[in-house]
Amino acid sequence: MKVLVAVKRVIDYNVKVRVKPDNTGVDLANVKMAMNPFCEIAVEEAVRLKEKGVASEIVVVSIGPKAAQEQIRTALALGADRGIHIETDEEVQSLEAAKLLKAVVEKEEPKLVILGKQSIDSDNNQTGQMLAALTGMGQGTFASEVVVDGEKVNVTREVDGGLMTVALNLPAVVTTDLRLNEPRYASLPNIMKAKKKPLDAVSPADLGVEIAPRLSTLKVEAPAARQAGIKVADVAELVDKLKNEAKVI
Amino acid sequence: MSILVIAEHDNSSLKQATLNVVAAAKAIGGDIDVLVAGENVGAVAEAAAKAEGVNKVLVADNAAYGHFLAENLGELVAEVGKGYSHILAAAGTTGKDFMPRVAALLDVAQVSDIVRVESDDTFVRPIYAGNAIATVKASDAIKVITVRPTGFDPVAAEGGSASVEQLDVVKDAGLSSFVGEEKAQSDRPDLASAGIVISGGRGMQNGDNFKMLEQVADLMGAAVGASRAAVDAGFVPNDMQVGQTGKIVAPQLYIAVGISGAIQHLAGMSDSKVIVAINKDEEAPIFQVADYGLVADLFEAVPQLEEELKKVL
Ligand SMILES: Cc1cc2nc3c(=O)[nH]c(=O)nc-3n(C[C@H](O)[C@H](O)[C@H](O)COP(=O)(O)OP(=O)(O)OC[C@H]3O[C@@H](n4cnc5c(N)ncnc54)[C@H](O)[C@@H]3O)c2cc1C
Repeated sequence: MKVLVAVKRVIDYNVKVRVKPDNTGVDLANVKMAMNPFCEIAVEEAVRLKEKGVASEIVVVSIGPKAAQEQIRTALALGADRGIHIETDEEVQSLEAAKLLKAVVEKEEPKLVILGKQSIDSDNNQTGQMLAALTGMGQGTFASEVVVDGEKVNVTREVDGGLMTVALNLPAVVTTDLRLNEPRYASLPNIMKAKKKPLDAVSPADLGVEIAPRLSTLKVEAPAARQAGIKVADVAELVDKLKNEAKVI
Repeated sequence: MSILVIAEHDNSSLKQATLNVVAAAKAIGGDIDVLVAGENVGAVAEAAAKAEGVNKVLVADNAAYGHFLAENLGELVAEVGKGYSHILAAAGTTGKDFMPRVAALLDVAQVSDIVRVESDDTFVRPIYAGNAIATVKASDAIKVITVRPTGFDPVAAEGGSASVEQLDVVKDAGLSSFVGEEKAQSDRPDLASAGIVISGGRGMQNGDNFKMLEQVADLMGAAVGASRAAVDAGFVPNDMQVGQTGKIVAPQLYIAVGISGAIQHLAGMSDSKVIVAINKDEEAPIFQVADYGLVADLFEAVPQLEEELKKVL
C-alpha cells in the first residue's frame, strides 16, 4: 500500500513570534524554520505503517519555496522513500494546497494520505478535509489511532466529548492529532542516506493549478498584552481578592 | 445577506456554542436560518427556533447525520448552503471536521476560527497560537466561516419564534461509518462554556491527584481542564486539554495549577477575565499573564483553597 504524506515548512514551535512593525505579517526573517509538529506525527505514522508491513512505499510532498526541500529531506531521513516538491514562492492557501495535493493524489494513487490536522502558523485546520472532499475520499481527522484493516481503515478521533472511532473506505485521508504517536529523531546515517533519495520538483502550473488566493490579509497585529498582576502571600489572601476585588466567586 | 448557521448539538440538546455563532451571524447582519442536521433532533430544532434572532430552522433528520460524519454533513451543508451568502458553524471538532469539506465542494475559501466581525466580508482571527491577530477579507461569493464561540456573547436562548421546516435531503456519501465512541461522563459544566475553569498540569503528578481539583471545582461550579502535558501523561482524557490544539476557554475565572504557561497553553485561556496561577516556580511564565499568582506547592495550596472556599461560598 502506498502512503502519501504532506508536510509543511513553518516557524519552529519554540520561536517567539513577533508581528512586523508595519503590520503586514509576522517577522520570518532569520527565524528558525522546521517541519510543522503535526506533520512530523504524520511522517512517523507512515513510517510505523511501513515497519508493520502495512505500507510499502512512503511518498512525501511539500508545497512551498525552495527551502521546503529541507523538510522533505527530514521526512526522507525519518523513513519516507521519495519526495515531491511543489515549488512556489507565492502564498498558498488551504484550498489551493488541497488542489495541488489532489493533482499529486491523482498521479500517485496512494491508498492513504496522512496530513497534520493544522499548521501552527495559520492555524487553519482545513487542508486535509478539503483534499478529502475534492478527491471524494472519506476522512479521519484529529486521529489518535489509525488501524488499517483490509480495504478499510479505522480511525479513532479526538473530539470535544472524548474519542470517536470511524471506519473509512480506502483510499482515505487521515489528519493527525498530538497523541497519535511520538515522532522519532533522524539518525545521522539516515540523514546522510536521505540525501540520495529521489526528490522531484514540480511547479503548480505543471499540476494544472493556478494559485489565486481568495483571502487577503489586511493587517496583522500583536494581541492585546495581558499585564502581569500581583503575587498573593497565601491562599487566604487569594480567596479574599477573588471575592472582594475581582468579584468572580 | 442571508446566513446559514449550522447548529451544534448532540441530537438531544442544542449546545450553547450555537448561540454564540448566531451572535456572530447577527454581527454580520441579514436573515439568519439555522440548520439542524442529526437524528431524532425534534427537541434541538425546537430549542433553535426559540433562539433570539433566528428567522427559520431547517431540519435534516436522518440516520445519515446521526454521528455527524463529515462526508455526509459536508454534502448536505454544501447543497443547502449554496443559496446563502454566509455559512457559519462553531469551531469545535464537528465544525472543524465538516466545514472545510463544504468550502471545497463549493470551491470557496474557509475563514477559520473568527473572533470578531469587521464587516460582511472582513473578519478577525488569531494565528500563530494567538501570538498574532489577523484581519482577513474574503472575496468569494459564499463565505464559509467557523466561529470561535468565546469571541461572541451568546444571543438569548429564549424569546424567538422561528418557523421550523423539514428538509428531505438525504446525503449518504457511503465513504465512512460510525464504529464507536468513548464519551467522558461528567456532571460538571461544559469546559468550553463554564464560568469558572480549574486546570491541572504536569505538576499534578498523576490522575488521582486531579480529585483535589475536582473537589474545588464542585464547590465553585467549575469545569476541570488540563494542559497537554497532563493529557499526554495519561492523567486525564484528551477532551480536557486547553490550548492551541485543545479547547479554547474564556471563563470569568481560570485557575492554572501546576501549569508552566507555554504559549500553546496560553493560546487556549489568555482571554479569561481573571487568571490565577498556583505554581511552585516563581519564574514560571504563567505568572506573566496571571492576575493573581501564588508561589506555593500545589499539594498544600489546593487543599487550603478548598478549606478557604468552604468558608466563603
Ligand atoms: C504543536 C503543539 C501543540 C501544543 N498544544 C498544546 C495545547 O493545546 N495545550 C497545552 O497545554 N499544551 C500544548 N502544547 C504543549 C506545550 O508546549 C507544553 O509542553 C505544555 O503546555 C506543558 O504542560 P505543563 O505546563 O502542564 O507542564 P510543564 O511545562 O512541565 O510545567 C509543569 C509546571 O508545574 C509546576 N509544578 C510542578 N510541581 C509542582 C507542585 N508540587 N506545586 C506547584 N507547581 C508545581 C512546575 O513548576 C511547572 O511550572 C503543544 C505543543 C506543541 C508542540
